[in-house]
Amino acid sequence: MALLRITSPHGHGPLTTSAIMQQVLLATLPGIATLTWFFGPGTLINILFGGAIALALEYAVMRIRARDPRPYLQDFSVLVTSTLLCIALPPYSPWWLITVGVMSSVLLGKHVFGGLGYNPFNPAMVGYVVLLISFPLQMSSWAPPRGLADVPGFSDALQALFNAQAYDAVTMATPLDLMRQNTGLLVEDLYQQKSQFGIWAGVGWEWVNLSFLAGGLWLLYRRIFTWHAPVAMLLALGLCAGVGFDGGSSNSGGSPLFHWLSGATMFGAFFIITDPVSSAVSNKGRLIFGALIGMLVYLIRVLGNYPDAVAFAVLILNFAAPFIDQYTQPTTYGHGQPRE
Amino acid sequence: MKFIHNIHGGIHPPEEKALSRPGTVLDAGLPNTLILPLSQHIGAPAEPVVAVGDTVLGGQLVAQATGNVSAGVHAPTSGTITDILMHAVPHPSGLDNHCIVITPDGQDRWQTLVGISDFREIEPSALVDSIHAAGIAGLGGAGFPTATKVLARAGIAIDTLLINGTECEPYITADDTLMQTNARAVVEGAEILAYIVGAQTILYGVEDNKPAALNAMQQAVTALGNGEHREVLTFPTKYPSGGEKQLIEILTGKQVPSGGLPADVGIVCQNPGTAVAVRDAIIDGKPLTDRIVTLTGRALSQPGNYRVRLGTPVSHLLEQANFNPGKKQRLIHGGPMMGFALASTSVPIIKTTNCILAPTAEELPEPPPAQACIRCGLCAEACPASLLPQQLYWYARAKDQEQLEKHHIFDCIECGACSWVCPSHIPLVQYYRAAKANIHETRQERQRSDRSKARFEARQARVEREAAEREAKRAARKAAAQQKAATADGEDPVQAAIARAKAKKAQATLNGESD
Repeated sequence: MALLRITSPHGHGPLTTSAIMQQVLLATLPGIATLTWFFGPGTLINILFGGAIALALEYAVMRIRARDPRPYLQDFSVLVTSTLLCIALPPYSPWWLITVGVMSSVLLGKHVFGGLGYNPFNPAMVGYVVLLISFPLQMSSWAPPRGLADVPGFSDALQALFNAQAYDAVTMATPLDLMRQNTGLLVEDLYQQKSQFGIWAGVGWEWVNLSFLAGGLWLLYRRIFTWHAPVAMLLALGLCAGVGFDGGSSNSGGSPLFHWLSGATMFGAFFIITDPVSSAVSNKGRLIFGALIGMLVYLIRVLGNYPDAVAFAVLILNFAAPFIDQYTQPTTYGHGQPRE
Repeated sequence: MKFIHNIHGGIHPPEEKALSRPGTVLDAGLPNTLILPLSQHIGAPAEPVVAVGDTVLGGQLVAQATGNVSAGVHAPTSGTITDILMHAVPHPSGLDNHCIVITPDGQDRWQTLVGISDFREIEPSALVDSIHAAGIAGLGGAGFPTATKVLARAGIAIDTLLINGTECEPYITADDTLMQTNARAVVEGAEILAYIVGAQTILYGVEDNKPAALNAMQQAVTALGNGEHREVLTFPTKYPSGGEKQLIEILTGKQVPSGGLPADVGIVCQNPGTAVAVRDAIIDGKPLTDRIVTLTGRALSQPGNYRVRLGTPVSHLLEQANFNPGKKQRLIHGGPMMGFALASTSVPIIKTTNCILAPTAEELPEPPPAQACIRCGLCAEACPASLLPQQLYWYARAKDQEQLEKHHIFDCIECGACSWVCPSHIPLVQYYRAAKANIHETRQERQRSDRSKARFEARQARVEREAAEREAKRAARKAAAQQKAATADGEDPVQAAIARAKAKKAQATLNGESD
């Protein structure tokens, strides 16, 4: 009788890479829903259009690399990349902006390094930064949230994808811009005078951040990633903001709560810096990785030229991750100080 | 109650223990042939002391231990030696090895067994000799000769004996069954072992998924009543808590230093089956010739725990357990986590066989093709040795031996927890085995080249030394000759020689004339 010979272990746990990716996609839904509520269907259209491009690109690259594309499409990883990028893009972006972004993410961010698992940088953030540097005008055109302006319908939004004139988005300075540019007003007065500010941070933005926080906590509960990097990032950001709050003076950088609930903080903390491929490896390493990102996010927001601090902070720390790994190897069994 | 320590990592695979109905021992019967490999343990193979055609009695030595790390082999029943040959044996390599074949005569006659009534009156070293003579090797899996293990560190005091009744591998219930049915023998064997190694304390570790075994052990320990330094401890079920190093940490909080032995922290660890074998060897004088084997998996319709004579072919056992093989059938020697797939059903049961697992394809499906590693870190969460398996994987692929050693690849116990959790189905353990083998090869090569370098340098030194000696001798001769010439007071040596020759010739002529 011919027996099948395979090495141990002979069993396998239930989790697959595809399932992990699907859960990450699922966890973005609350954030996407809130974004859609406050800013209209723009983000949703970004995601659908970007996703189609990403799947086509992945298929094409795998054919060029002479591999069966099916397992690579079925692992959902390229959809995660494109979805994360498209969440970060301004709603009502033109089709070419999304296409260039997705191409940069998938090709430049991932495949030039050898595909999934080999990319030293977060692919979504690579695409985002390429766009931010190349097309700063389009990338800073965030529509005002519901309550400050009318939110367009689905057909208007769809037209904006191919015809920039169809929906002439009124853009407005974001709360992060206002806080950075503020020189004359106390934080308290700023909140009262500028309609962009809500209860804790920007109108809409605070709920968007809370929604991504909810999705992230669910992933944490599902043990898709460990708590180390997100918690370290949020603590470091909060600590820096606490130090720079300056009692709410006109020089203030904003309160910890403002920074936690502004911009891409929660999205970054739970969906971007938790990308395992490009982050530090050990739990100790992830604490350092996350903390440095949190610190950089604050510094870039308050002192830098770009309000979109998360993308730059993540890419800089992606560079540093292998270096952090060298010094944060956990103590192997039998290598520690003898315990009594 | 002693405090139970937690270990890093671990996994919870489906236990599947009930499948083999622990608690009952079935008889596997007497097969037509018994195939006894000479190497059923770690160390030097045994050497046959019988010839083809000899008749042997049960319990008779058929192959003796060679050297210190070795164990002898005994006939499990009476019969005739019908062959000594290369035969398929249970080994991951699937290669053949030397075996003695006995054809039983069916009468099961045994030689007279002489036991010891009170082991405390005997010197520990004499008891070790008895264990050695009984051919006992660890029954838990690795098969280290027990007599060697209890002597492993001369000069280090052992304070604790651990009896490892964890049996954390899924499916296997051999130790569970042994503890349920023969707890008293386990405790008696443990007392003998503790006496030999000089341990004050005996700790019995039983995972909390074996309440019946735990209860039986507690009763047996209380019944024997050897005081407060005897404890049966239970702890939450988690794979691989039964790893020797892991159990030591769970029960004592100590870690065995890397590259060291449990003896370095004053501990000796033994399997319950080994303890019973020691008890039988000392008290009954019976060598190790049978053991309990779990036959399980859904390809068997009569799974269970069988008392099996060593050397029984697996095919004989599969018949007993009603084997219905599938198309792509796997037979696993050991458990699903660390066991290896057998190449043939003709291999015999040996001292380390605790389980033969015959799963269906649905039960343990073939692994799908591996996907890319996304460094998700689930492997690092699962690793009981606190390694970074994802990093080891990358370094193994890059054949970066320096980084592999820096990341402590040799502390990997190959438990398979990382491969089990890997969402990309990467056969991580296989990479580590290959990497370890590569590093060993490199080390051996380095040793070989170091040796030849040393040899070359020694030869070079010798040649130079000899040349120098020759030179010195020549210089000495030359000096001596010059010295001699100088002492002849200015007389010309050539003239002197001619004069001597002439004088000799004249003398000869003179002699000739006188004739």
